[in-house]
Amino acid sequence: MTDAILSLAGVAKTYAARGKQGEVTALQPVDLDIRRGEIFALLGPNGAGKTTLISIICGIVTPSAGTITVDGHDALADYKQARRRIGLVPQELSTDAFESVLATVTFSRRLFGRSGHSAYIEQLLRDLALWDKRHARIMELSGGMKRRVLIAKALAHEPEILFLDEPSAGVDVALRRDMWKLVLSLRERGVTIILTTHYIEEAEEMADRVGVIAKGKLLLVDEKAALMKKLGKRELDLALVEPLAAVPAELAEWKPTLEHDGHTLRYVFDATGERTGIPSFLRRVQELGIAFKDLETSKSSLEDIFVDLVGEKQ
Amino acid sequence: MNLHGIWAIYRFEMARFGRTVWTSLLVPVITTSLYFVVFGTAIGSQMSQVSGVPYGAFIVPGLMLLAIFSESILNASLGIYMPKFTGTIYELLSAPLSPLETVLGYVGAATTKSVIIGLVIFATAHLFVDLPVAHPFAAAGYLVLIAATFCLFGFAIGIWARGFEQLQVIPLLVVTPMTFLGGAFYSVTILPEPWRTITLFNPVVYLINGFRWTFFGTSDVGLGISLGVTVIFLALCLTWIGWIFRTGWRLKS
Repeated sequence: MTDAILSLAGVAKTYAARGKQGEVTALQPVDLDIRRGEIFALLGPNGAGKTTLISIICGIVTPSAGTITVDGHDALADYKQARRRIGLVPQELSTDAFESVLATVTFSRRLFGRSGHSAYIEQLLRDLALWDKRHARIMELSGGMKRRVLIAKALAHEPEILFLDEPSAGVDVALRRDMWKLVLSLRERGVTIILTTHYIEEAEEMADRVGVIAKGKLLLVDEKAALMKKLGKRELDLALVEPLAAVPAELAEWKPTLEHDGHTLRYVFDATGERTGIPSFLRRVQELGIAFKDLETSKSSLEDIFVDLVGEKQ
Repeated sequence: MNLHGIWAIYRFEMARFGRTVWTSLLVPVITTSLYFVVFGTAIGSQMSQVSGVPYGAFIVPGLMLLAIFSESILNASLGIYMPKFTGTIYELLSAPLSPLETVLGYVGAATTKSVIIGLVIFATAHLFVDLPVAHPFAAAGYLVLIAATFCLFGFAIGIWARGFEQLQVIPLLVVTPMTFLGGAFYSVTILPEPWRTITLFNPVVYLINGFRWTFFGTSDVGLGISLGVTVIFLALCLTWIGWIFRTGWRLKS
């Protein structure tokens, strides 16, 4: 890939097992390139290794193996240049309770080597609807406001890459929508965004590409649309006039299922295949004299794909 | 050098001090006054001079160091422990800061606080006794050196500590008893044997006597040894902190 802003090669993490001999693998070797300006969603259930992976990239966790390159800078050998380019919004609402909003955001900007640029910070706080609260102590803010403060802190030094670790965790629907808008506007400004989430809806709404991780292993990375096309299945639902007690043996070839107490006959097919099997299935249904009053097709969501891949319900 | 980053940490830590400034300054003033009442007036009336110095003045360097040891450890340890406790340490660890820059910010601020407290005690002592300083530049340099050394020690303790109780263990159960037994309120020369020899194994004796020399030009032990002990302790603290950052011990997983 020519325009990767972030490259991981063989990045892995193992811990010494507590009270036992041997090691626990938190992250199996990961090779991944993140394109400049994209929104990349890292999907996985709790404990999959998402936070471990981004903590390694951000310098919070030491990798056991592998190399990380941030915009051409090695994240270990040239860590200052690498880290200047990265902003992180953590999953936990970790804040300095006694600090004011303005002070804590200015602190973050300076910490990353920039002067206290008041005009930029003012605009940032206005964009996040925090300007009116700039003198309020963080302890006085609601959970949603605190989440915004964390985003402001992460953006305070104008990073090129923004990590959002479970940005929707504990956030109400309105704030989630606001955050999505913010993420999309950041992308328009050229910021590369990597978000970890176990909300499929979030990835489906925003991501350009999706990576699926489970049990410390990156299972796949693909364009969201391609992933859905490649792995997506479609369903054909026939609303029956009379309910069936069981699927007729003559339909076994298509492996349909009965849903809604026998009122719906469902046939799942591969939408990308040359032959969907729909015409022959419908013909056979008619031949068997099974009457239906309506038919409907639907495609599988990213969630269905995710569940298939990870093999467990969210 | 990330000067903005160092300044950010320094300001943040000084702001924390500022939020409790009256408590931070009143406590040493009141404590010093109480020590003067108890030691200076009650005991001092029984022993007018020690090593040719009026007893009230004699105890001032020890009093200053007693406060500086505990305040340095407490301030510096809390400075780095609180981000670990609240979870905001993620920002420090992900920032483009070298270990040296991080330490300069935290230990620089803690040292400033300790020196301010030392000066407040010094000023308070002036209200009770006549207090000449024989070597003022040496006194200032020694004050900063000892404050910085104990702040480094406190910084390492803050990283080591897994709870608030552990933050208190070293200053309360180790440093304060060693200071009381290290000649803060008496001259080691007045102790009978074998206590005198045993006391000389206490490194705090050398710190207090070195500082006392800058005030009165006299000391129970050689100035070179005092400076040597201080520098060795400084080197040990720096080595410990260097190892912490190199390995990520109790900072990174």
